Amino acid sequence: MNAVKISATNQATHSHLLRWRSRIYGILGLFILLVVVVILSTAIGSVHIPFLTTSSILISKLPWVEVTPTWTSALETIIFEIRLPRVILAGLVGAALATAGATYQGLFRNPLADPYLIGVAQGAALGAVIGFLLPPTWHSTGPGIIPLLAFCGAVASTATVYSLARVGKTLPVTTLILAGVALGAFLASIVSYLIISSGEKIHGIMFWLMGSFSLSQWSEAIIVLPYVLLGVIIILLYARPLNLVQLDEEQAQQLGINVERLKLILLAAATLITAAAVSFVGIIGFVGIIIPHAVRLIWGADHRFLLPLSVLTGAVFLILADLTARTVMAPTEIPVGVITAICGAPFFLYLLRHRKRVIF
Amino acid sequence: MIKIEMQNVALAYGHKVVVKDLTFQVMPGEIVGLIGPNGCGKSTIIKAISHVIPLYSGKILLDGQDVTKLPRRDLARLLAVVPQMPLLPSAFTAFEIVLMGRNPHLSLFQYEGPKELALAWQAMEKTGTQSLAERRVSELSGGEIQGLLIARALAQETKAILLDEPTANLDIGRQVETLDLIKSLCRDNNLAVLAALHDLNLATQYCDHLVLINNGRIHAEGTPSEVITAENIAAVYGAESCVYTHPVNGLPCVLLSAGNGRTAGFRDEMRKIEEDIG
Repeated sequence: MNAVKISATNQATHSHLLRWRSRIYGILGLFILLVVVVILSTAIGSVHIPFLTTSSILISKLPWVEVTPTWTSALETIIFEIRLPRVILAGLVGAALATAGATYQGLFRNPLADPYLIGVAQGAALGAVIGFLLPPTWHSTGPGIIPLLAFCGAVASTATVYSLARVGKTLPVTTLILAGVALGAFLASIVSYLIISSGEKIHGIMFWLMGSFSLSQWSEAIIVLPYVLLGVIIILLYARPLNLVQLDEEQAQQLGINVERLKLILLAAATLITAAAVSFVGIIGFVGIIIPHAVRLIWGADHRFLLPLSVLTGAVFLILADLTARTVMAPTEIPVGVITAICGAPFFLYLLRHRKRVIF
Repeated sequence: MIKIEMQNVALAYGHKVVVKDLTFQVMPGEIVGLIGPNGCGKSTIIKAISHVIPLYSGKILLDGQDVTKLPRRDLARLLAVVPQMPLLPSAFTAFEIVLMGRNPHLSLFQYEGPKELALAWQAMEKTGTQSLAERRVSELSGGEIQGLLIARALAQETKAILLDEPTANLDIGRQVETLDLIKSLCRDNNLAVLAALHDLNLATQYCDHLVLINNGRIHAEGTPSEVITAENIAAVYGAESCVYTHPVNGLPCVLLSAGNGRTAGFRDEMRKIEEDIG
């Protein structure tokens, strides 16, 4: 009798552990894929550099490795000064948007939520457009006035939505989403008006609004990195509470979660990484809604895996999208937002038609 | 061992008071049944004790501590709730839902270890739900989900359990099974159990103490024999003279007979109309 009991216990825990193991393999596999994709998209461009040479150049920069250079310093400059910062920034932005999307979808229990649902994008756009319209004397200092204004606009509009939606000590999710959509529409109309009256600056503004990595530099990647790192770590820490919120808020509270504090922390973290991501590269759509759904479809809805897998998948996806954006019609660049939507929208429709298991 | 104390509690939605002057206790090792007509505030009381809704006035003490001042995690280590037919996320398996009961015992940085897995499994064994472990919640019936929620509450390892209509979706065999389980858990572990129950006969058979609520306050309170009387049932439910003595254990039992309630049965009316025409 006792023996039977033990083997039954082992079976349940065994299959539980098996599921964990497949997800951990997923994380490892995606990490390796990410490294390959980084090297690949650093190798491909107007000057084609062989994969192995690119790998050796990248490896030679690691602090504990000694490699005798067999390449010209020009190649090293192309890789380190032009391509790598762009690839790194694309990876960071992809990771940020996918993580923020998964967080909003989980927190709002709404499969249609994306990082721009509660006004981040429209706030950032307004900030950036104001930046474009400022007289040229403002544009000379530091990493630029446009990212700064975009970041402030994103944070300010989300903060406004948050304070509008608050009822006493609680934050009803539906009210938050409605307030976000309403304020977003309001800001978008101001943006439209400014664009129409922007004269010859309209091209730069439209390019920014569709998202692009064409001007990426190390300084930008280094500014975005700490925000994304901090935000993603905070969100990953709250993965188990986020699972419990998938019940309803009452049950989550009865199981020991301070739901209101959780909402505040996760909203702040997700908004921060979204704002940091869009302020340098513009409004890149579809990554934040598509990637979490794809991950859910493959590995399930447990946020402890959904979140880290979204980080990696988002990075890989956006690096590849940017690679496509700059090579397909070279030397002309397509805004990366166009590529993500061209690949993302059909995939999303495919999911809607064909998903055979409950993913949300 | 802890007890639940309600001290002069009033509960309200906005400023509309739903129940007031609630004063009663749930002692360790005792099942207290909350009974009363639809909408009398049974579920509201359970939500207030688990501090999901605020108190309008009065005090609720758990183990001598004010529930509104306890951090959620500490409260969830003292008190588990089995809600009535809640939404469960369809993408999780039954085992994962039960495992969620371990949340209040884990810190942010901890993942479920072998101890958590074993406790969740034991809780499923006790409630007879272990065969469901690998199934997705969307595939389960109402009765199976009820068992799962009780298992989750057991995995939570608390000294007090609140149940909101734990037998609402069960057939009579499962009703008896479920309440037998709750009764033995209550006795063996000295749990303080408060259950909102709809079925007066089950309440009488299983509870040590009943609190009958009507019109926003306690109408009667005491042992089942004291509370389930013809007068009380008539006053609260409007159904007359239907309380009898159970032939086996001598407890009161409520039997229905058509036409005894507030309105006559539909068929009686039809018969009357037919006779009139005929």
